[in-house]
Amino acid sequence: MDPISLLIDAVLVIVVFAIVMQIAPLLLWIERKGSAVLQDRIGANRVSISDIPLFKGRLKKLPFNIGIVNTLIADPIKLFTKEDFIPPGADKLLHTLAPILALVPALVAMMAVPIGDVIVIAGRTIELQAARLNVGILYILAMVSLGVYGIVLAGWSSNNRWALLGSIRASAQMISYEIAMGLALIGVVLTYGTIDLQEINRAQGGLVLGVLPNWGIFYQPLAFLIFLTAGIAESKRAPFDLPEAEPELISGYFTEYSGAKQSIFMLVDFLESLIVAALIATLFFGGWQVPLLERDGIHFPWGGFYPLPQVLVAIIQVHAFLIKVIFFCWLQIMIRWTLPRFRYDQLMVLGWKILLPLALVNVMLTALVLLIAQNLAL
Amino acid sequence: MNLLTFIILAILMVGSAVAVVIHPSPVYSALSLVVVMSLLAVYFLFLNAHVVGALQIIVYAGAVMVLFLFVIMLLNLQTDSRETQQSEMKMSAGILCAVLIGELIFLLGGGGGRLELQTSQQQLPEGFGTMQALSERLFTDFVLPFEITSVLLLVAAVGAVVLARRQA
Repeated sequence: MDPISLLIDAVLVIVVFAIVMQIAPLLLWIERKGSAVLQDRIGANRVSISDIPLFKGRLKKLPFNIGIVNTLIADPIKLFTKEDFIPPGADKLLHTLAPILALVPALVAMMAVPIGDVIVIAGRTIELQAARLNVGILYILAMVSLGVYGIVLAGWSSNNRWALLGSIRASAQMISYEIAMGLALIGVVLTYGTIDLQEINRAQGGLVLGVLPNWGIFYQPLAFLIFLTAGIAESKRAPFDLPEAEPELISGYFTEYSGAKQSIFMLVDFLESLIVAALIATLFFGGWQVPLLERDGIHFPWGGFYPLPQVLVAIIQVHAFLIKVIFFCWLQIMIRWTLPRFRYDQLMVLGWKILLPLALVNVMLTALVLLIAQNLAL
Repeated sequence: MNLLTFIILAILMVGSAVAVVIHPSPVYSALSLVVVMSLLAVYFLFLNAHVVGALQIIVYAGAVMVLFLFVIMLLNLQTDSRETQQSEMKMSAGILCAVLIGELIFLLGGGGGRLELQTSQQQLPEGFGTMQALSERLFTDFVLPFEITSVLLLVAAVGAVVLARRQA
């Protein structure tokens, strides 16, 4: 491997990492202000930009407060400067290790998601994907399944009954819904014949029937619904937030965490819904594909052509991908604040008796349709 | 995979494998097992077997999760029950261990015909380790063992359901 391609890879990793770490606080803001809008409250409005010492007295107090300074500057500073308390009965090593074990898989999973098509610079073809894996979907599933360890260890090492109950619920829930999630993905994999995310993304270019974009949702609508439901359950957000159900378990598996470590668990929640959103965008909504836009410019269906420079096309694609991802993050947050929490038995019934059979039916139907289509073509 | 990576990984892996056996706390033992499984996946990745590496993590590291739940719920957070500390068990384990290590030394020392050490430097066939290559072998050359294994798993699943029904 030559140094320049190593450098390119490093830059790509940093770019994806930066994207992830910038969307996460944005989600925090959408979550807090969005929930306030839904619940007819005002929401975070304590601190505004005129309270920052640098601007104090120089800016007039604004008549409105959208809470950006409050949620993105004031509260994180508060969280990270709080006392980091480890309970006396806790297992100190695992109590410290658990947030790290939860965070790392969530961070690295995004690396396999393609953020754009190729760009060619000085004869080098650069795929806009940090980890160009042949086994992209399997890699992300593996990372998601490793994320459970952080949660289980957090609950166990805290030596607190509510925390332990929370982590047992979390692991049962994640193991149950991983099955429906994996089976929903099999339908998509059957349709595209590959588990390489970039190739799945490429296959979604162009138009179908001349009007609709050629996106996975039109081939696998059932898989999309199953994947969205199982994905929300995997990221442990309401209505599936039994592991941290406040009225029953204080705050579940991270009851005994404070300060920075507690905020890491909150960050992991956001990262997991980000991964789900990125996968939904990639598999069902074309990822970086923009209708009519191709590598060299805009191709109109009536034969018109408007050339665009290649770098501009790449920039549009990356932003299209980001808009889709943020939309599905927003959708998840809205679902979270709209639906009440399931009961535990309802959760298990939904996972095992509804989603799993539906996913199996979807796999069978997809296989049948593919078989018929192949035989007709022959 | 070069020799240095191999040695570093091997030390880590054998160390965690030993920790699985000797650590008094069942939770730490299970956690060490996760480390062993993950490092095995890293080996597969270095040997260009990407699918096997990913499956190693999903299947094995994911299955240890269930062990974890057993440890937490059934063993009731106990560390180190006395029975496992009996000296006869330690003795027999030590003897078996010594025999195994002796066999390994005999084999590696060239006792039973020289073992050819293969490195990944040699030319790999096109598309080695990809999903396509693996599935092709699995569903053509090895289709019978594959189907038998899946029937075996199905039997186990049905058996578990039957046992659970009988108790309820």
